[in-house]
Amino acid sequence: MPITETDVEKIAHLAHMEITPEELKIFAPQMADIVAYVEQLNEVAIANVEPSLGGLTPEGKATDSARDDVATPSLGQELALAEAPEAAAGHFRVPKVL
Amino acid sequence: MTPVNDDIEALKNRISSGETTARAVVESSVDAAEKLNEPLNAFLQIDRNGAMTRAEEIDKSLWSQNGDGTSVPALAGIPVAIKDNICVRGMQTSCGSRILGDYHPPYNATVIDRLLAAGAVLVGKTNCDEFAMGSSNENSAFGPVKNPWDTSRVPGGSSGGSAAAVAAGIVPIALGSDTGGSVRQPAALCGVVGLKPTYGRNSRYGLVAFASSLDQVGIFGRNTKDVARVLGIVSGRDTHDATTAAVPVPNYTAGLTNDANDLKGARIGFPRSLFGDGLDTEVRASVEAVVDVYRDLGAEVVDVELPNAKYSIAVYYIIATAEASSNLARFDGARYGYRAKDAPELRQMYRKTREEGFGAEVKRRIMLGTYVLSAGYYEAYYGKAQQVRSLLKEDFSKAFESCDAIITPTSPTPAFLIGEKSDDPLAMYLNDIYTVTANLAGIPGISVPCGLSSNRLPIGFQLLGAYWSEPTLFKLAHAYEMARPFTERPPICVDN
Repeated sequence: MPITETDVEKIAHLAHMEITPEELKIFAPQMADIVAYVEQLNEVAIANVEPSLGGLTPEGKATDSARDDVATPSLGQELALAEAPEAAAGHFRVPKVL
Repeated sequence: MTPVNDDIEALKNRISSGETTARAVVESSVDAAEKLNEPLNAFLQIDRNGAMTRAEEIDKSLWSQNGDGTSVPALAGIPVAIKDNICVRGMQTSCGSRILGDYHPPYNATVIDRLLAAGAVLVGKTNCDEFAMGSSNENSAFGPVKNPWDTSRVPGGSSGGSAAAVAAGIVPIALGSDTGGSVRQPAALCGVVGLKPTYGRNSRYGLVAFASSLDQVGIFGRNTKDVARVLGIVSGRDTHDATTAAVPVPNYTAGLTNDANDLKGARIGFPRSLFGDGLDTEVRASVEAVVDVYRDLGAEVVDVELPNAKYSIAVYYIIATAEASSNLARFDGARYGYRAKDAPELRQMYRKTREEGFGAEVKRRIMLGTYVLSAGYYEAYYGKAQQVRSLLKEDFSKAFESCDAIITPTSPTPAFLIGEKSDDPLAMYLNDIYTVTANLAGIPGISVPCGLSSNRLPIGFQLLGAYWSEPTLFKLAHAYEMARPFTERPPICVDN
């Protein structure tokens, strides 16, 4: 199914990105090309094939788990806020939500 | 006084013996970085003050040891460059993006802590494709890196600045990241060695995430032995990254001696089907000549099949974009980095920040990833891609039953012209045909220079190995280097 400009607008909305009319004209055919290309996977027989999820190697899978729930030192409020575009009263400050 | 002709062990020994100083070595590196940044644009930040202060500290600590060379750290005084998507406290981490701009992370990546503990001196942060998305470095918000062999051409990507810095002799070692070939491909295009380790070998803590199941920190060097030495320093289990494996770190340089070129008993896999359409004839001839060298060194060359490799680009661009769309959701203007001005309401602030902060390729990939993960499409794209990924892993497992390593070209062509492919994302993606397989399967790969094209552009070959087979890859790559040393230098280089 080809990707249209309407689809791209909807996707941009889902991805929380504004998109200009010029970008729309460029992206829609490019994304349609790429999606058409990846659809070659439809020819692969994949019934009963397990998906590759997790640590890839058996050894990596063994460590890919939650750590013990023990408190360890962290950045702290001051450092965590140091790069904020706007901080106030020990919090990240953002424009109004509603 | 330039580090360009020494390997890092010899350079460290000259520093620790007092023949030269860390200060002199680091100063020449910083001078070169500054001087060559005009033609190359390889660095986004050069930390002269920080590097010089640290070099002087290292000299002092070496002198206070009274010549007790045994306790000198392995990288004492060695200048190193770091890709600008790896966090270094006190330096910027822009990821080549406006959305991070001059973000200064409050912590070091684990690989950085380990380099520093070994005495390395960080000279600066290198330019890259935005968020490591690209094969040419043209996607950096701060302008493309130029190839030191021909400044009208790309250095490859996404770790192009790191590759160019090593190729031009500015530093002997640089770190990059490799999600689909972003260390190996620029290494090939710039004529240096580039390693992508086994997934889980190096910690990703402090590497800004692009596609978490594919990303690995990789290493550039002028020779295999230097790369092996640095892998031994940075790799291993890290409690900050649950995907690092508890696999012991061997002595990677053991056996890499100057006479180590007898490969009797070694088996090199030759995947004939990957040497067909789309491969530049000079690259093919060059890599086939490498196969002959391996035969001459005593290795057996066996045919191997990777029947699902032809799907790897399709699988990769589903999985990588899906993971990117999720990872890059964090760039929202709320906690760090760029925030769009004058947005009256939170959602508009997110949308404007991301519109203004991200470049075209990053937007395209976030949207593709959002699409393949969206309701109704997940199974058709992401689910299926993860299944074909399993088939590709099986292809490699089977192939490694009959060989120790598989040889391929690293890139289908030598360096292409800046602008040549920048309007056609799909054509650009097809550059990665030989490299994405290693990331999808999680196996290690190394690119090694094997000559120049008729117009004097470097060509590289790639060796792929089974999980944790870095020692085998190093042994094979090193043996080739001993048999056919690559001594050419680019026109833009410290010595010139």
